[in-house]
Amino acid sequence: MNDEDDVESVEDFAARARTWLAASMPRAEGGGSRAAERTDVEELARIEHSRGLQRRLFDGGFAGICVPRPYGGLGLTPAHQAAFNREIRGYQYPADTQVPTLTPCMSVILEFGTEEQKKRHVPPMLRGETCWMQFLSEPSGGSDLAGALTTAVRDGDEWVINGSKIWTTGAWWADWALCLARTNWDVPKHRGLTVFMLEIHQPGIEVHRIETLSGAREFCQEFMTDCRVPDSQRVGEVDEGWAVTVRWMYHERTIAGGSPYVTAPAGQPAVALDTTGGPPALLSLVASRGLAEDTKVKEQIGESLALSLVGDALTARVAEQIRTGAGSDQWAAITRLWFGTSAVRNSTICFELIGSTAVAWSDEEQALGRIGIRYLMRQTSCIAGGTTEMARNAISERVLGMPRERRADLDIPFRDVPRNAPARPQA
Amino acid sequence: MFARTGDQQLFEDTTKRFLEAECPLDTMREVAASPGGYGAGFWRRGAGLGWTSLVVPADVGGGSITGQGVRDLALVGYQFGLHAAPGPLLGSNVVAASIGRWGSPEQRAGPLTELLSGDAMGAWALAEPPPHDALGDVALRADESADGFVLEGVKSPVEGGADASYFLVTARSGPGVSQFLVPAGCPGVRVTPLHSLDLTKRFAAIVFDHAVIPRTSLVGEVGKAGAAVEWLTDVAVTVQVAEMCGAMRWAFDTTLEWAFNRYSFGRPLASYQEIKHRFADMKLWLEASLAIAANASDAVDRDLAERSEVVSAAKFYVGRYGPELVQDCVQMHGGIGVTMDHHLHLFLRRVTAAVPLFGTPGQHAGRLTEKLAVREVAR
Repeated sequence: MNDEDDVESVEDFAARARTWLAASMPRAEGGGSRAAERTDVEELARIEHSRGLQRRLFDGGFAGICVPRPYGGLGLTPAHQAAFNREIRGYQYPADTQVPTLTPCMSVILEFGTEEQKKRHVPPMLRGETCWMQFLSEPSGGSDLAGALTTAVRDGDEWVINGSKIWTTGAWWADWALCLARTNWDVPKHRGLTVFMLEIHQPGIEVHRIETLSGAREFCQEFMTDCRVPDSQRVGEVDEGWAVTVRWMYHERTIAGGSPYVTAPAGQPAVALDTTGGPPALLSLVASRGLAEDTKVKEQIGESLALSLVGDALTARVAEQIRTGAGSDQWAAITRLWFGTSAVRNSTICFELIGSTAVAWSDEEQALGRIGIRYLMRQTSCIAGGTTEMARNAISERVLGMPRERRADLDIPFRDVPRNAPARPQA
Repeated sequence: MFARTGDQQLFEDTTKRFLEAECPLDTMREVAASPGGYGAGFWRRGAGLGWTSLVVPADVGGGSITGQGVRDLALVGYQFGLHAAPGPLLGSNVVAASIGRWGSPEQRAGPLTELLSGDAMGAWALAEPPPHDALGDVALRADESADGFVLEGVKSPVEGGADASYFLVTARSGPGVSQFLVPAGCPGVRVTPLHSLDLTKRFAAIVFDHAVIPRTSLVGEVGKAGAAVEWLTDVAVTVQVAEMCGAMRWAFDTTLEWAFNRYSFGRPLASYQEIKHRFADMKLWLEASLAIAANASDAVDRDLAERSEVVSAAKFYVGRYGPELVQDCVQMHGGIGVTMDHHLHLFLRRVTAAVPLFGTPGQHAGRLTEKLAVREVAR
């Protein structure tokens, strides 16, 4: 018997998953609360529940489907993961342990980590024991990741990190982070960066929580003051962190679909930006208002249904282009742009369907008020995880081959690159 | 267009080479001025390549080597779009598919054979003028008489109506609909050519003024053609969106090349971020359109439970974003984009003309919601 015969067929695997899911996984519940309405105790309970679901997947032999066996996975193919994602439709899934833990963080460690790092860090991720965050964006510049000011200075077998990171969702409860830091200010910006793994809750890291306009306090900012990290927690070579970051960005774009490491119901991005189920979930509500036969309403809900089917088709097409080599991994920017713009459209449709109740609501109409608040937060889908402007740059320059934007930060030492100007005086 | 088997690749390439030779864009306007909108023998030679048999069952003379007839037909449609090619691709295939599946032995022996060989052309007389222009609305009446049926009503616009030898007419029979195969030239059937946005596609209005047709014209059973019409609609829309995708591809590729080569203020257009970002959006629309068009053909081929939903999603999306893409291509070209001197107009016409035919994007979105509501009730 050769190796190929050992691999369970996708059909057999799917059938086995179906049986296991029915016996072992709780069914999905509708609704879901809004982050702003959850207390910290409730939020922690939700995370614990998610970790428990991840543990169930692991114990059932369905975690890390595409992760090589030495690191606790099953060593199967993306087709097996895709089949599992189809089967898990209608069941609960461990949303909070998928992203950013399994991708991009685990994906980056699998690609760039040492054997020792992979054996130490990947299995606890698959068991739901450690949740990871991305220490990537900085307050000084949103999309310009290579302009990181957070600095790591070598001190014997350790590095000393100083600086600040921002927009980490849930850093207050998570365990570990991948951190991009500057290790050399005397070379051009992309050549002086290094990636580290660090424990979030340690002396030297202070986590602040940011309140978004929705009232949620999910986002965090971290302040690192003489935070010490052993050199054994460095990912990739010193000063070669940009090569790691480029792949990190790629894996981040696959959050929207196409990652071989993410377990999430097919047809749904791994990060559920809108837990209401979108406009189709409002069908019964509009029916109760006597609008079920309204042509405009039917068209709006149908548009959302179409976007969902097109999103599935596009995600599969882009993943196929990358898999076969017909397109580079930069094609992931197309999927990213899709999920940003289609989520915006869905949010607008929901808001229009609900009308004035989304602006002023009674105690009994809280769920509809949430639609209004979500609409205010609408652009998050085009900002978080790399802005859609950056995706458009990547598509035009890296997929279509159009000329790169002119920049003032190449080929000069990073310390000489112009940085944010002080605020202009009021006219 | 999308993932193909080796056989499909070969099949598509044959069609591509044929259309490149037969329909060069430079001659398109003269060809369009000819009576059928294409040269003599064009359709018969195309039929010889397999264009007419793909969605007809193999046991009645049709078939496709790949076993994915609808996908094969979509590939031909894509090539038609890419070359702004003329010809009754949609009409002949729909009529042949209907007779092939539900026609009588006589209908299969005569008309089907002619349609398959390309000697005859078919036109699908489905659409009706306002106020009966909603998707699936059929008002033309078929009343049973001693001799057969009497047809009363108007079909318009009918693609290829002036050149077709056979019309497949959908008619109301009480609560249901029926299909009839009516040869051109029947007494009481008046065909009036219409003006059209698309230079190479001809449309006609067909008035059935107390047209008496024999009982043998019936395709299938009286009043029971609802599911057949729905299936044929899905086939037609699948071909239509594939054609639109082909035209979008031509417009996109041509405009991309233009952006690299056209300089203003000493820089190529492709170097301006505003332009680049618009190309990124267009690339997204194009890839999304290709993806859903491919899924639609697959859903029809495999006759999935959600077949019509995928097809309607495709028409909604391609119908909404296809014209936006080509209009943006016009914008990128500037003034030359709205002249007869540039070929872009052929593709703008092709995409635009398809938008309202066989259901507007809005009507298809509504159809999706109705399918969802039916499923909710069933649950």
